[in-house]
Amino acid sequence: MTIEVKIPTILRSYTDGAKSVAGKGDTLAALFDDLDASHPGLKGRLITDDGGLHRFVNVYVNDEDVRFTGSLDTALKDGDSVTILPAVAGG
Amino acid sequence: MRYDSLTDATGETPLVGLPRLSPHWAGDPPVRLWAKLEDRNPTGSIKDRAALSMVRAAEADGRLTPGCTILEPTSGNTGISLAMVAKVRGYGLVCVMPENTSLERRQLLEMFGARIIFSPAAGGSNQAVAVAKQLAAENPDWVMLYQYGNLANAQAHYEGTGPEILRDLPTITHFVAGLGTTGTLMGAGRYLREKVPDVQIVAAEPRYGELVYGLRNIEEGFVPELYNDDVLTSRFSVTSYDALRRTRDLVEHEGIFAGISSGAILHAALSIADRMAAMSQRADIAFIVADGGWKYLSTGAYEGSLQHAAEKLEGQLWA
Repeated sequence: MTIEVKIPTILRSYTDGAKSVAGKGDTLAALFDDLDASHPGLKGRLITDDGGLHRFVNVYVNDEDVRFTGSLDTALKDGDSVTILPAVAGG
Repeated sequence: MRYDSLTDATGETPLVGLPRLSPHWAGDPPVRLWAKLEDRNPTGSIKDRAALSMVRAAEADGRLTPGCTILEPTSGNTGISLAMVAKVRGYGLVCVMPENTSLERRQLLEMFGARIIFSPAAGGSNQAVAVAKQLAAENPDWVMLYQYGNLANAQAHYEGTGPEILRDLPTITHFVAGLGTTGTLMGAGRYLREKVPDVQIVAAEPRYGELVYGLRNIEEGFVPELYNDDVLTSRFSVTSYDALRRTRDLVEHEGIFAGISSGAILHAALSIADRMAAMSQRADIAFIVADGGWKYLSTGAYEGSLQHAAEKLEGQLWA
């Protein structure tokens, strides 16, 4: 199974400048582990020492924020699209 | 209706059904969409509620006195609302606004007599907030209302938007609104949750072009102080393309000429509606039309192909 992961500009130093990378995993946590193997250091920018998502990082599976779908336990299936974005202001 | 002044005409906006865009308007069970037309406020956006509420609160606690200058970071609508309230109540206004906002917003602010200080496009609204905080420190006589952390912002929706929706739609199952300062969702969401325990509170946030996320590092990210994710049940990120597509759907099928962020909100509302229809469950989904389309005509949002219009929006703050 392959999951497309869109990488924001500020994290592309970990992906050799690539805007999106492919990974695999049944859950978001497994996907991040897989990504970290091919892009060392990336996971450390997304997850804090206590194992939760970084406060200023938003992750979406098919446009839905994972904080409301099980966070790192969110299930993934072949063809899902994961988008990582920094938190920004609106209004 | 008769009012003593323009600010008194804020709120009490219509809730309008969408018989053509709803999956099952008259079905059994019905899955219905309802638009809260916030463009019917004095300056044409939902921000009139927050602006008036924040000014009243600052007057009540003595921070704002006659002749004061108000300072606010804003991507546009809050600034326009504050400019109107400041005009009516006799204050000056300085807005810090990212330079990548629509031409109409700038023109409206200038017409109302506001002073605009532009912040760099690359920093988006985050940078506008940072610049405003610095200006506040340098100008202690200016009063920053700070919509991102001002409880009176959410309170306007707890006391106004939320109760109006429940009164007009007692069978509500879902409330969908845009996520910017988070004031609408926190205020109306909390009210509705208290009154209708099972209600689902759904956020739609804009997904901009890359330029807008041009932070130097993750630590420069920003989450409004008002935000509490316990109030929400789900949160969608909506691309410019989908927001534009739905904005056009609103005009084409329901005759509602809305701004681009309202298209994003409708997109999230339709995702929910389709899920409910697929499960054959009843739904009355109220969503916010935050403003009309007038301020976005210059962006090209309403002409040519969707793809072309979405490309033109790249790098623009459209919500």
